[in-house]
Amino acid sequence: MCTAGRYRFPTFRGSKRVEAMTDIIRPRDEDDVAAAIHWAAAEGKSLEIIGHGSKRGIGRAAQWDLTLDLSALRGVTLYEPEELVLSARVGTPLSEIAALLADHGQELAFEPMDYAPLLGGPAAQATLGGVLATNSCGPRRLKAGAARDHFLGVSATSGRAERFKSGGRVVKNVTGYDLCKLLAGSWGTLAAMTEVTVKVLPRAETTATLICLGLSDAVAVKAMAAAAGSPAEVSGAAHVPAAVASGLPPAAENHDALTAFRLEGVPPSVAQRSRTLAAVLADFGKPQPIDDAASRALWQAIRDVTPFAVPHARSRPLWRVSTAPMKGPQIAAQITAACAAAQVIYDWAGGLMWIMLAESGDAGAPAVRRAIHAAGGHATLVRAPASVRASVDVFEPQDPALAALTRRVKASFDPQRVLGPGRMYAGV
Amino acid sequence: MPLHMPEADTAVLSRRAEIVRGLRAIVPGEGVIDAVAEMRPYESDGLTAYAQLPMVVVLPETTEQVSRVLALCHREGVKVVPRGAGTSLSGGALPLADGVLLGMAKFNRILDVDFDNRVAVVQPGVTNLGISRAVEHAQFYYAPDPSSQIACTIGGNVAENSGGVHCLKYGVTTNNVLGLEMVLITGEVIRLGGKHLDADGYDLLGLMTGSEGLLGVVTEITVRILKKPETARAVLIGFGSSEEGGNCVAKIIGAGIIPGGMEMMDRPAIHATEEFVHAGYPLDVEALLIVELDGPQEEVDHLLERVAAIAKGCGATTLKDSTSEDERLAFWAGRKAAFPAVGRISPDYYCMDGTIPRAKLPQVLHSMRAMSAAYGLRCANVFHAGDGNLHPLILYDANQPGELERAEAFGAEILKLCVAVGGVLTGEHGVGVEKRDLMPAMFSEVDLAQQQRVKCAFDEKGLLNPGKVFPTLHRCAELGRMHVHRGQVPFPDLPRF
Repeated sequence: MCTAGRYRFPTFRGSKRVEAMTDIIRPRDEDDVAAAIHWAAAEGKSLEIIGHGSKRGIGRAAQWDLTLDLSALRGVTLYEPEELVLSARVGTPLSEIAALLADHGQELAFEPMDYAPLLGGPAAQATLGGVLATNSCGPRRLKAGAARDHFLGVSATSGRAERFKSGGRVVKNVTGYDLCKLLAGSWGTLAAMTEVTVKVLPRAETTATLICLGLSDAVAVKAMAAAAGSPAEVSGAAHVPAAVASGLPPAAENHDALTAFRLEGVPPSVAQRSRTLAAVLADFGKPQPIDDAASRALWQAIRDVTPFAVPHARSRPLWRVSTAPMKGPQIAAQITAACAAAQVIYDWAGGLMWIMLAESGDAGAPAVRRAIHAAGGHATLVRAPASVRASVDVFEPQDPALAALTRRVKASFDPQRVLGPGRMYAGV
Repeated sequence: MPLHMPEADTAVLSRRAEIVRGLRAIVPGEGVIDAVAEMRPYESDGLTAYAQLPMVVVLPETTEQVSRVLALCHREGVKVVPRGAGTSLSGGALPLADGVLLGMAKFNRILDVDFDNRVAVVQPGVTNLGISRAVEHAQFYYAPDPSSQIACTIGGNVAENSGGVHCLKYGVTTNNVLGLEMVLITGEVIRLGGKHLDADGYDLLGLMTGSEGLLGVVTEITVRILKKPETARAVLIGFGSSEEGGNCVAKIIGAGIIPGGMEMMDRPAIHATEEFVHAGYPLDVEALLIVELDGPQEEVDHLLERVAAIAKGCGATTLKDSTSEDERLAFWAGRKAAFPAVGRISPDYYCMDGTIPRAKLPQVLHSMRAMSAAYGLRCANVFHAGDGNLHPLILYDANQPGELERAEAFGAEILKLCVAVGGVLTGEHGVGVEKRDLMPAMFSEVDLAQQQRVKCAFDEKGLLNPGKVFPTLHRCAELGRMHVHRGQVPFPDLPRF
């Protein structure tokens, strides 16, 4: 941990006030969080909020005075499987929550991805708070939504050092503004969440994965649209072009382009839907089932974008693009034409693309922004050296009216810009 | 009525003629209504206990007109109340005497149906059912299905974050909206999201959904459409007590089954609806569950068997499967007609909308029976059992002096009880004016102040739908102040690293 201190941070030991040298503050409870933010606001200091810090490398390369480390706020505070609800302090490791839910045949249906390996960090370090603050999700986004769709309630401390709550612990609630939505995906720039409540769901009893080989990107997106628009209820539809498929983990690797479809549910349903899906995909070849081990390896690799997380890839810039599914190949083609060595993975039936480019001073931003501008959607520069993230927009630039509204929303929580200023947008 | 709305601004009222002229310059012809008789249909929404004529009604047809109307109101300091079909059960569209009633009914076009991307782009005045109708030829539908779906508009659904009987499995409005075009009170047009699954930046789309017309006026909506399930079957399950019914619901979910719909009715509701629509409900039970499974045929058959086994284990006294599509629809016809059915047995009724953790159901029903006796008013219960959303219908007669007030007091006590057992004031009908003054039962002053600061980020002058949602209106300047004094704050004992 950090030893070099830069700031004098006043604390009480018993009744005696002492000045401590620190640049990481690790609160024990909600009171500590409020006190730390209060202090920072009074001193004009900025705070970077982290859990285990597995996604710290994402965002603009801004500088913050101190780190507010919430990893000590941990523990599940309420879990009622039959009510489909779980509350936990934000620093609770996701792995702990997943294990608890698995014991009761449940899961977080939005299938949160693990960003850490992409950024060169150790796997499985994410906390529940970090997952919500970044609105993470995975391939099942297609059917089950993202973190924001499962986020029911929150206790948080704003940049004004005021403790507030929003939402509740029931799955259906329209009482007051849905501030959970605002905090989901705010990357720690509006408030420090301390305790959260999420909806949990039963885990599927069986999973089957069918794959088609050798489809071009454009044909694959059509096949995925046909599947997603059929009664087969696919809970995953992804396409890995040939150049990338060879980089999948051994159980799932292939030398051909691979288009995968996942079906989940009770056994008789999965069996029937496999037949439905095969009929729907008849125009695109004969889809083949793969075994369980290959299926698990494949969906985890797609979720965590594993082919782009290997050591020799980590110095290359990586973009996350969200667009209308049918627009995916067009965007990819435009970017590929402009940037050398571009590689793409398609998830969400084409609506989510991971695009890895060659190293360059601007991470290929002009080409990416141009393609998005033409097709609609948005792109986030998930991975690039700090020097690049200092000069290139990381999040999709906003038009003036929306940018002004974003600044006002930020100010409504954090008028002095104490919490992660500049992480998402300059001046926010 | 003891309802206090913001005081009418006499300066605005004295300039009424001039404001109407200004509006007519933007929206021509019959789009501006200022004759009392013609404004009468707009004086109430679905919460008919309250009525108020607006200063003027404006029915714009284009985003540009909405933008210019709002900019004019912003410039002139005129309040604006947006309205869809006026089916709100919480008074969300109740007009203001000194306000413009902005009716969005003319925004009634479906702009784009895109089956490949599985979205529809529609104007806010399209009805909820209208979206499903527009895509049904390809066996698609729009999932959230509030009971008022034949009349309510998608714009109103966004404002209220409407639910319906299928939302445990398919989500409420906020989970099914991908994009919005909206106009701020300043007249600025903002686009959020689109045909892609996640919007960028702060989730203003999520914030707008359920904001009850206080943040902006929505002029275009992109929704997800889903392929219709291959089949659906429903089963009626009767119980000798509501405890057994509640227990069965918990067991079904505990077994990992998320039904397409799971509704519960108590004895008074069962009797009222059976008398009205002859759905075939058993009359010798205290609680009736309707469980619907949808999806592929083999899944539905498989899960129905499991649900039946669970129900028997929970002491079900009757168990009746729908053997045909007609019978399935008949089962639902009773539930969907519960409100009018209760309307037949009582001159008036008052519909509540709390949500509770389901395990608290027996306790809450028990307390409601005691309240019913104490207030001398009957109460029938329909209940979205899967998600704990309770709809007690309090029966009263507005012509009997004092009964409406008693019904309101009874309702408020029910909602406070919902909050006390860990639930919330409203599951899907919204706060509006109806539950506005109960907000402190659920939120602290700090909680409410933070929500109002968000409101200030959108509408600093407080002109959009004031008097709804928040029990006390604060000026934005007052809310924006922050008192932090260097060196004067106490610091607790924080661990150092």
